Amino acid sequence: MMQIPCIYCGPRDESEFVCGGTAHLTRPPLESDDRQWAEYLFFRENPKGAHLERWRHAYGCGQWFNLERDTVTHEIRAVYPITQAAPR
Amino acid sequence: MSGTRLGEPYGRRIDRSRPISFMFNGRVLAGLQGDTLASALLANGVRLVGRSFKLHRPRGIFAAGIEEPTGIVDLVDGRHRTPDERATLVELVDGLAAESVNCWPSVGFDLGAVNGWFSPLLPAGFYYKTFKWPGWRPFEPAIRRMAGLGRASLERGGEVYEEISENVDLLVAGSGIAGLAAAAAAAEAGARTVLLCAGREPGGALGWRGDAEVGDLLVRARRAGVRILTRTLAFGVYDHNLVCASERLAHVPASATRRLSERLWKFRARSIVAAQGAFERPMLFPDNDRPGVMLAGAVDEYAHAYGVACGRRVVIAANCDSAYRVAESLQAAGIEVVALLDRRPSVDIGTHAAGVRAIANTGIGKVIGARSVRGCVAVPADGHSAPRLRLECDLILVAGGHAPAVHLHSQAGGRLRWLAESSMFVPDGNARGLVSVGACAGVFGREAAAQHAADVGRALALGFTVPAAPVGGASRSLASSRIAAVRGKQLVDLQNDVAVSDVELAARENYRSVEHLKRYTTTGMATDQGKTSNVNALVLMGEFTHREPAEVGTTRFRPPYSPVTFGALIGRRVGALYRPLKRLAAVEWHARHGALFEQFGNWSRPAAYPRSGESLHQAAQREALTVRRTVGLFDGSPLGKLEVWGADAARFLDLMYLGTMSTLAPGQARYGLLLNENGVIVDDGIVARVDERRFWVNTTSAGIERTAAAFEEWLQCEYTDLRVLVTPVTSRYGNATISGPKAFEVMAAAGFGAEFSPQATRHMTLHDGHWRGVPVRVLRASFTGELSYEINLPAGETEQLLQALAEGVETREGCLYGIEALEILRTEKGYLHVGTDTDGTTLPGDVGFARGIDRKAANFVGRRSLLRPAARDPQRLRLVGLAPLDGRTLLPTGAQIANAPPPTQTEGHVTSSYPSPSLGSPVALAMLARGGERLGEQVTVHHLGRRIEARVVSTPFVDPKGERLHG
Ligand SMILES: [Zn+2]
Repeated sequence: MMQIPCIYCGPRDESEFVCGGTAHLTRPPLESDDRQWAEYLFFRENPKGAHLERWRHAYGCGQWFNLERDTVTHEIRAVYPITQAAPR
Repeated sequence: MSGTRLGEPYGRRIDRSRPISFMFNGRVLAGLQGDTLASALLANGVRLVGRSFKLHRPRGIFAAGIEEPTGIVDLVDGRHRTPDERATLVELVDGLAAESVNCWPSVGFDLGAVNGWFSPLLPAGFYYKTFKWPGWRPFEPAIRRMAGLGRASLERGGEVYEEISENVDLLVAGSGIAGLAAAAAAAEAGARTVLLCAGREPGGALGWRGDAEVGDLLVRARRAGVRILTRTLAFGVYDHNLVCASERLAHVPASATRRLSERLWKFRARSIVAAQGAFERPMLFPDNDRPGVMLAGAVDEYAHAYGVACGRRVVIAANCDSAYRVAESLQAAGIEVVALLDRRPSVDIGTHAAGVRAIANTGIGKVIGARSVRGCVAVPADGHSAPRLRLECDLILVAGGHAPAVHLHSQAGGRLRWLAESSMFVPDGNARGLVSVGACAGVFGREAAAQHAADVGRALALGFTVPAAPVGGASRSLASSRIAAVRGKQLVDLQNDVAVSDVELAARENYRSVEHLKRYTTTGMATDQGKTSNVNALVLMGEFTHREPAEVGTTRFRPPYSPVTFGALIGRRVGALYRPLKRLAAVEWHARHGALFEQFGNWSRPAAYPRSGESLHQAAQREALTVRRTVGLFDGSPLGKLEVWGADAARFLDLMYLGTMSTLAPGQARYGLLLNENGVIVDDGIVARVDERRFWVNTTSAGIERTAAAFEEWLQCEYTDLRVLVTPVTSRYGNATISGPKAFEVMAAAGFGAEFSPQATRHMTLHDGHWRGVPVRVLRASFTGELSYEINLPAGETEQLLQALAEGVETREGCLYGIEALEILRTEKGYLHVGTDTDGTTLPGDVGFARGIDRKAANFVGRRSLLRPAARDPQRLRLVGLAPLDGRTLLPTGAQIANAPPPTQTEGHVTSSYPSPSLGSPVALAMLARGGERLGEQVTVHHLGRRIEARVVSTPFVDPKGERLHG
């Protein structure tokens, strides 16, 4: 079980959180073609290494935030507010 | 009967003044306080303790600790059995009863042993290859009965388990000299330190020898505040320095009814020190699994710690220098060492033992004795350069070198390297967050281990760089102890009956990966997880495939390091605490009124209120009919409730729901479907506008959590510019719903004023007011199709309101109704139940909301997905009404609609189905391909081989014009 540093509450067990998947996705407009929309809905990178994703401290403060996690070591390298741009 | 007790000072752990009586296979035996079951059996001269897993070979006690592969027993306590306990870990208590595993009818005469005679026919992969046709299934029950270990109990025992989570600075796993040194140094430097000791007392291998330095370290550690947990084994290292450990609470027999038997610890540690020592490696020779063949270190431990002489005349088969120390130790205890056969050439031997006949370049070619060791034959390593030598003995000790317990290091992601000189895998640098010390780090020198461990403890406490481990101190030992020229079954994995020939076969069949080898031969599996077999298996695999052990590599070490009971992992989460249900505020009131409670989602709710002699079904029919005829009262408190506030609340709800909420006037309410981004329906509900900036949102009872979560996610992550607050208030308000033609009469009788009359209010409107001084919020909405009032009020007042309404209901021959009646009523009306009529593919257009999509001006979640070709496919399933042609047969929920009996392409399925008490015939809802165009068509419903003819009909079945809604 990972320990996730909630930006509002501090480090807490993973079981208090819900993962919302890849962060910083851009939703195509209503006019987008079917392929663009399908790629937005269903296609995700599956990187080995750094991954930017969003989590909610569901059984704590209830807030969403972003973090950078290494998918191999599970090291969490950065935690930042949901509205902030991706690091680097 | 070769085992006996030694005199003082042997037996540090036992108390000779406190005898204990116990049973083994029905025989009453005597042990001493402090014994393990294994040491007591050995003291009684019991050699044969069980039969092996596959070949039913006779087996005895082999080791003294958690690595025990063969001394496996079931503990029997009345009708309750605890299976597969290692006798080496079971603490002897008065009245303990143990039974051998895996033998029938008895351990001495075992029918399964015929497997042994046919053992050439049972090589690796035998079962995979043989029982292929017509499938494994017909053979499985018989094979399972023959194989396997203990028998699980069908009775529930009185065990209680619990779980504790803690944060610590430093967690030290292992209590030998290295673990103690690290813990003492860390605590002295100010770290909050916990030390886990797997056994009964700290000290490790030096501890039972009475080592003075270990005693001093223990005093120091305690003085510095190290918390020491005994009988507690760290079995797993998980992400971010989470260490799980199980604490065995001493076995208490029969009498106690509820006893704490195991405790699961979860430590979140800033740093972890692994100090779990090393395992002795067995030697390979024919019949090396015979009772009376034991690990050398274990025999030494039984002598020192328990005062038990496992034999009187021993031969030692060695591949390392530590064997010589054991030889001297046993000689000093009065045990005769007949010979020490060293497999290594004389140049590799770095020591000697005074008064012991040591022969280099020699191994065992044959064990004499069918059930127990009576002697052996020594042969030269090349098989021919010296004469064979027959030796009389009653015990054979094996000392094949050591294998560091690298499990925790490896679980934490650490890499390993092969130390060729000593033939062992050692940690290659440190894992993240975990440092190995002592023998498990490959540091075998006593001084070096203690010094390094203390330095590590101090460095971790103070945040300094951790010093590298001074790996070394173990003697030379050969990778392979096998003598190629000898014949006979040489066991690599005693627990799983894997022989050298099985590994050879796997290599011949071209298994190369060590992971495949493990699974094909089953080596390293089951309760011991190969603690004594892994290195020998890897070395052999290398030998047969012409590779170095380093190239072969190890299998991945996964938790648990040692077996953990399911009970410990589950802890208190059983029975009523497995999934605690929410209770209604007025639960006792309902119970007094005859409610039959059932689980609906997270709630325990009245399914119906059966009267005497009524079944649930009959009660629901009566209740539904009563609501249509007069009036019914329902506790709707679990209905999901959200308050949505703010300047942009209307815009936000437009985005969230299919259904335009911004055009609602204050006091008006509207139905809405909540979609996800795929356009799929995830919930529905009613949104009412309280005022310009405030909305009251009712979700389904089951959908409140996901609706609230969806609102929060969209607000926090996507529509971040909207000024909206969402407050879940479900449990703050109770809800009494009164429904039926006489609904308002009942309310009036309970004291509700004319402002709530059907004339003064309209369907789908919201009214705030007071009742007996209590603020109430009344919604005119209906899930029954009858005139209905949903009265929300502070939860604590629910019972008072229910009681007041119930009185009026009773005088009008109405009744209380539960969920079952509500389901009948809404099905009669063709009202959708999200999650029952819909599934993870259902779009709004499929359930009759196509026009809502086209008409809506604003964007909303899921809209783009509804434009996809699949969403517009005319073949999609549509919600329709279905009625049996004969007007009598209930169409089973879930039954398939198809032109031919399944298996075939189906056209849809029945989603909701009930006998309608108002119509006197069954009604059903179904999802049917092109359903909207097929009104009046006849279809066939298939159910478990039965065919039922039905007709597609329009809904609602009852009151098609919806006139009853208005009272
Ligand atoms: Zn938080």
